Amino acid sequence: MAALTREETEALIQEVLEVYPEKAKKDRAKHLMINDKELESSKKCITSNRKSLPGVMTMRGCAYAGSKGVVWGPIKDVISISHGPIGCGQYSRAGRRNYYVGTTGIDSFCEMNFTSDFQEKDIVFGGDKKLAKLINEIEGLFPLNKGISIQSECPVGLIGDDIEAVAKKAAKELNKPVVPVRCEGFRGVSQSLGHHIANDSVRDWIISNRDGQAFEKTPYDVAILGDYNVGGDAWASRVLLEEMGLRVVAQWSGDGTLAEMENTPFVKLNLLHCYRSMNYISRHMEEKYGIPWLEYNFFGPTKIKESLRKIASYFDDSIKEGAERVIAKYTPMMEAVIAKYKPRLQGKKVMLYVGGLRPRHVVGAYEDLGMEVVGAGYEFAHNDDYDRTIKEMGDATLIYDDVTGYEFEEFVKAMKPDLIGSGIKEKYVFHKMGVPFRQLHSWDYSGPYHGCDGFAVFAKDMDLTLNNPCWNMMQPPWQEKPAKSLLKDPLLKAA
Amino acid sequence: MANIMIRKNEKGYSFYMPKRDIEDSIVSMEFDTPEKWGGEIKLGNGGAYYIEPQTAPARLPYSVRARRIDGVE
Repeated sequence: MAALTREETEALIQEVLEVYPEKAKKDRAKHLMINDKELESSKKCITSNRKSLPGVMTMRGCAYAGSKGVVWGPIKDVISISHGPIGCGQYSRAGRRNYYVGTTGIDSFCEMNFTSDFQEKDIVFGGDKKLAKLINEIEGLFPLNKGISIQSECPVGLIGDDIEAVAKKAAKELNKPVVPVRCEGFRGVSQSLGHHIANDSVRDWIISNRDGQAFEKTPYDVAILGDYNVGGDAWASRVLLEEMGLRVVAQWSGDGTLAEMENTPFVKLNLLHCYRSMNYISRHMEEKYGIPWLEYNFFGPTKIKESLRKIASYFDDSIKEGAERVIAKYTPMMEAVIAKYKPRLQGKKVMLYVGGLRPRHVVGAYEDLGMEVVGAGYEFAHNDDYDRTIKEMGDATLIYDDVTGYEFEEFVKAMKPDLIGSGIKEKYVFHKMGVPFRQLHSWDYSGPYHGCDGFAVFAKDMDLTLNNPCWNMMQPPWQEKPAKSLLKDPLLKAA
Repeated sequence: MANIMIRKNEKGYSFYMPKRDIEDSIVSMEFDTPEKWGGEIKLGNGGAYYIEPQTAPARLPYSVRARRIDGVE
């Protein structure tokens, strides 16, 4: 049962679009759709991965955010230099909560900001010399780094610096990988292209580093791709895989190391969590090394069971038994979580607007808790993501691509969800509107949400947010009906 | 001309163009025998591409140059 009927949703979209000028209206209409589970392909109903309209609020990021923030940033023993003016690096520093084991500043560097801090003279005379100097300085101060990546910011592309030449020279001198990444923010329409560029740079500079070298293989080697260990997610996923008898060789890239990435071509199967940001490298490894890849989903018991069985189907009976063993072990725990929280969350409606994967991946987890997702949308998904989403979402639910601030607010006002899951930029808008809100990018400083342990945290967090008494106190005292509030006030009565 | 990657999934051949991040199913392929493989391919989104007919690749996925005959995108 969706929040609105198909006709009502259609009317809502028309009403919301009404304020736009004719041209903008036509463009935005293509990015909004009403779900129909029968559809095979989303192509005719929704347009995605297009440039945002000028003049509207978009929540998208840039290619630099996709490369430095998402893919390269969480690799703990690689130093990622934000090459360009200081702001990009500083404002994206340590905001994503990619947990890792290690000593920051000694052998791990994710939480630090390394930048070449471009000044006017660097724009005028070029920043290559500064970059070479910076790399030497890094090597002197942080000798335990295993590699360096150069993440270009917009000006580097605009002035045409040759960072590849600097990287090649430095790599030879230092005898470790120095990777130039051409992820200038102006490339592409969203962070999605940044993921692609980052994947391509890993492909070109990292993945074949250990080709032909000896590696002690087992038949049960897997790699976790596209899990960025937000709040410890990758750890919660990893324990499940290890318990079923698999050996996790690499984590890409949350709590991952350069050595793990270089060893990934030796695995038997690549497990892909975030399809949008790492399908590129999976495809490459499939073609070059013949490693199959598999999308999985570790949100909520239903999907975990499904995924564990799917993963096990690639291996022999011992792993299949292992999967059943893991499922049997965790089922009572998950049932206890559901028994506790489902009565408190049953029938609540959720609207989601996240990046490129979670709007469809968390649907199962919400359904396990008896909740219903009435609207979902992506910042930077492509058509293949929407193809997958159509099947996950209920009929006549609302799907929005690159939704604008205005549209999202209007949809929320009309659909009145009980909970919204989105990012920090949306959070306080909806708090002020009096709607319970959880951040689904950073798990609102909580986590992990993946895996069985994560589901318990997820359910608790949703309950804490939704059933928080503060949502009944949204009306300030001066707007309350006077007679009622005066009578109720014990102080006044006493007087 | 653009590089495309052809792989096999449970539904048959699938098409992927890295440059534009287009992923789609291949509805039909003109030649699909071990000796002669390729020709005109039709996509689920209505687009059509042409691969120079060749012997079938030993292993999929396989990257190959393709020419756009009629693209939606």
